[in-house]
Amino acid sequence: MEKQKALYEYVLRLADDSLILGHRVSEWCGHGPILEEDIALTNLALDLIGQATSLLNYAGELEGKGRDGDALAFLRYEREYKNLLLVEQTNGDFGKTIMRQFLFDAFRKPLFEKLQHSSDQHLAAIAEKSLKETKYHLKHTSEWVIRLGDGTEESHNRIQESLDALWKYTNEIFYKDDVDSVLIAENIIPSSEEIKAEWTKTINDVLEQATLTIPSNNWIQEGGRKGFHTEALGYLLAEMQYMQRAYPNMTW
Amino acid sequence: MVTEKEIWNYLEEVFDPEIPVLTVVDLGVIRSVELIEDKCKVVITPTYSGCPAMKLIEEEIIAKLNEKGISSVSVDLTLSPAWSTDWITESGKQKLLEYGIAPPQDEVDKSVLFAEPPKVPCPQCKSVNTRMVSLFGSTACKSQYQCNDCLEPFDYFKCLK
Ligand SMILES: [Zn+2]
Repeated sequence: MEKQKALYEYVLRLADDSLILGHRVSEWCGHGPILEEDIALTNLALDLIGQATSLLNYAGELEGKGRDGDALAFLRYEREYKNLLLVEQTNGDFGKTIMRQFLFDAFRKPLFEKLQHSSDQHLAAIAEKSLKETKYHLKHTSEWVIRLGDGTEESHNRIQESLDALWKYTNEIFYKDDVDSVLIAENIIPSSEEIKAEWTKTINDVLEQATLTIPSNNWIQEGGRKGFHTEALGYLLAEMQYMQRAYPNMTW
Repeated sequence: MVTEKEIWNYLEEVFDPEIPVLTVVDLGVIRSVELIEDKCKVVITPTYSGCPAMKLIEEEIIAKLNEKGISSVSVDLTLSPAWSTDWITESGKQKLLEYGIAPPQDEVDKSVLFAEPPKVPCPQCKSVNTRMVSLFGSTACKSQYQCNDCLEPFDYFKCLK
């Protein structure tokens, strides 16, 4: 695989993670359990969609077929999205949303820390910018995981259930194929082992403080990086793409 | 013939749409101004990736410079070096305080997880007996605080480094 093609594919994966999770989190707008959390989740969604915009525009440039960020966001079909299965999962209760976000933030922070030194300057710039935001996200979600896990019996049981339900999607975070090996060789991206070590440390530290147990069932599910998704993504896209599908090329 | 210095002065008349006491120069989002013959190029950087004000700031810069008789204006966006609250000018921090928003404190951000929230003085009564209500506030760049003495809630412009 040539470098340019691999980089396009990689940037698209990062972009789709941000876009799909950003859309999911934005579904909380106006529905948060308390006003402060409504605002916090909306801010988080805004950061993710902002990151997605930078990444998708860059992916469009790399692809070189005249598609911009909007075309990539709104005019692809389900099988063309390369996001992790984790990020497309439905919001569930507040605890499930926080757990999903925590499992993701614990991966994104070390990833952006490494990517800000990428030999690809454009990707490095996006990572440098996004890292500052991601640190706040991880702080927020870690604190909530601990508060809910080490909270009441009800909150403990419910967030443990969320962890049990989402755990099978975490293996895919470290999915690796040709795209990765080409870019690692060019010093564009870090190896996934480095990121995984940091992710595992954060997960263990926080879950221990939260008195939560990592599921012993090691059944895994993956496919998002290859465009094979769970049922959840189709519904999300139907809502996200509605305007462009109903009124093609409409602009504000 | 207009000079770059004059352009910077004109930009002091463009205000941030979300915190209208700050000019875009106070906020530190203007990275460079370049004049080539009669063409003006302004480079700006976002405070946060998803800052919804950037498009409006771009339009307002163009409108202001057009109004000053500079017809050819382009505004480019750059991400690196990433914006930091250190770039808010001293006069900008003073204006924030007078407006009722606590300016960024010099937080040490070495271990992000579980660090105590920064001690932020109340913009109303100056008491340091305040507490963080929420890490996220009315815009991406702010946290919500409350003063334990005068009981006023206030925004804190959180540190981004
Ligand atoms: Zn006070």
